[in-house]
Amino acid sequence: MTSDRTLRGKVAITGVGETTYFKRGQAPDAEFKLALQAILNAAKDAGIDPREIDGFASYSNDRNDPTRLAAALGIPELRFSNMLWGGGGGGGAGAVGNAAAAVATGMADCVVVFRALAQGQFGRFGQGRATAYVMGEAAMTAPYGLMSPAQMFAMKVMRFMHDHGIKQEALRALSLASYYHAQKNPRAIMYGRPLSEEDYDDSRWIVEPFRLYDCCQENDGAAALIIVSAERARDLPQKPAYLLASAQGSEYRAGAGVHNAPTYASSSFTLMAPRLYEMAKVGPGDVDVVQSYENFTGGVLMSLVEHGFFKAEEANEFLVLENLIAPTGKLPLNTSGGNLAECYMHGLELQIEAVRQLRGTSTSQVANAKVALVGAGPMVSPASNMILGTGETL
Amino acid sequence: MSEQKSYLPDGLAAPAALPDGLDTPYWEGIAEGELRVQRCRSCQTFQWGPEWICHSCLSFDVSFEPITPRGVIYSWERVWHPVHPALKEAGPYIVVLVELPDAGRVRMVGNLLGDPGQEVEIGAPVEAVFEKHGGENPHVLVQWRVA
Repeated sequence: MTSDRTLRGKVAITGVGETTYFKRGQAPDAEFKLALQAILNAAKDAGIDPREIDGFASYSNDRNDPTRLAAALGIPELRFSNMLWGGGGGGGAGAVGNAAAAVATGMADCVVVFRALAQGQFGRFGQGRATAYVMGEAAMTAPYGLMSPAQMFAMKVMRFMHDHGIKQEALRALSLASYYHAQKNPRAIMYGRPLSEEDYDDSRWIVEPFRLYDCCQENDGAAALIIVSAERARDLPQKPAYLLASAQGSEYRAGAGVHNAPTYASSSFTLMAPRLYEMAKVGPGDVDVVQSYENFTGGVLMSLVEHGFFKAEEANEFLVLENLIAPTGKLPLNTSGGNLAECYMHGLELQIEAVRQLRGTSTSQVANAKVALVGAGPMVSPASNMILGTGETL
Repeated sequence: MSEQKSYLPDGLAAPAALPDGLDTPYWEGIAEGELRVQRCRSCQTFQWGPEWICHSCLSFDVSFEPITPRGVIYSWERVWHPVHPALKEAGPYIVVLVELPDAGRVRMVGNLLGDPGQEVEIGAPVEAVFEKHGGENPHVLVQWRVA
């Protein structure tokens, strides 16, 4: 890789914005209005006029069209609009990478990455659809009662746990960490609702090996991040969170139909994680804090292994609550409460939390955090990840 | 066999062949009690799910070939929380991912017949059971039982 062909240090996240987060179906506003609110909040946080925004990037077939957003916001010229293919939250970090690529190459100057969800207004993720017929891959899975995301991913995790002798308690620790951090975060949906080991053990199975608390919430709200060049970021009020690397994609034939991916028991990061570290010029030991997308705890388990934080055989030993909490843990994880306990904003809240950690403004702050890693949408394809760093890391 | 109760209750969506014909030989096969997957005529590589091209040698000469309806359990899950109205009263059920050693180790999804509370062992040998569904949208599902 020549030095020119990298995103390292070229752009920064300089503003973050969110709406209030709501339980699924309870947002008082239309989804498009939520998107506008989050974008305006991000612009305000960045200290820029919203009309400086000249590009939009999103993922997972977000319904809020950049052309309409640009018109609604009176954007003088739309220069970049971009959608990362794929469902779930797999594109969250990749959308930042796409926005970064546009800014780094001069296609646009100020790109907002956003995601808005109002599941009261639109359909839910976690429910099968009642139709007379199914075709294609669904015809070979849905008639057997395999249709929701939890059901699609449980067999990957079951196989991974079988191969490496991983116990349920390892998944429990991941869930407890998110709930622990949510108790310190007033924005979190689960603020004031702590989770104990007993609560977890007594909770119902959704689909083995996932109990209720292994599964993400479904929520309403919107989130946005403002990406500008590193030079511009230095003139703005917030401490810049520089993008050190971003990667997206999947493994060899991850899309082979009907659960035929050769690397089946995987979070999709086995090839992407080394690529990410190479661009960032850091290794797992340099990472101060991790935000790892919890669609299901089992996906976090595999993500952490594939990003090199511990070996699969060490998972039972490593995945205990004390190792995963800020500020004292070896690997502070999902420090805002994440998808499980802060809000399921399709992972964009995790990226905002990574920025907060580097600014020093998290409600569960890691002392002197310089390098933050974000993994988006494990087990889906494409998935994506990114590493952010403070100015000292450049 | 049509008298037999199906593993999951009626009311789930029925499978249908794709309009472009990609998977038609599979559906025709199981309607006749024959399990077929794709195999490349050029390089003999097995392939599943179906695709228009062989992923190994990029030949378009991909055919459907009958295979031995036996496999081993590659992974499994026990579903407790129903996400479809037809399954509200179904109780737990088991989904298995079956690897077919005689067909290039391709995998298929089905249910594991028998007690839904049974212990499931990864690596256990299983054999296919062709489960006929009548009603408005007649079709056949490929289920598995421990061999």
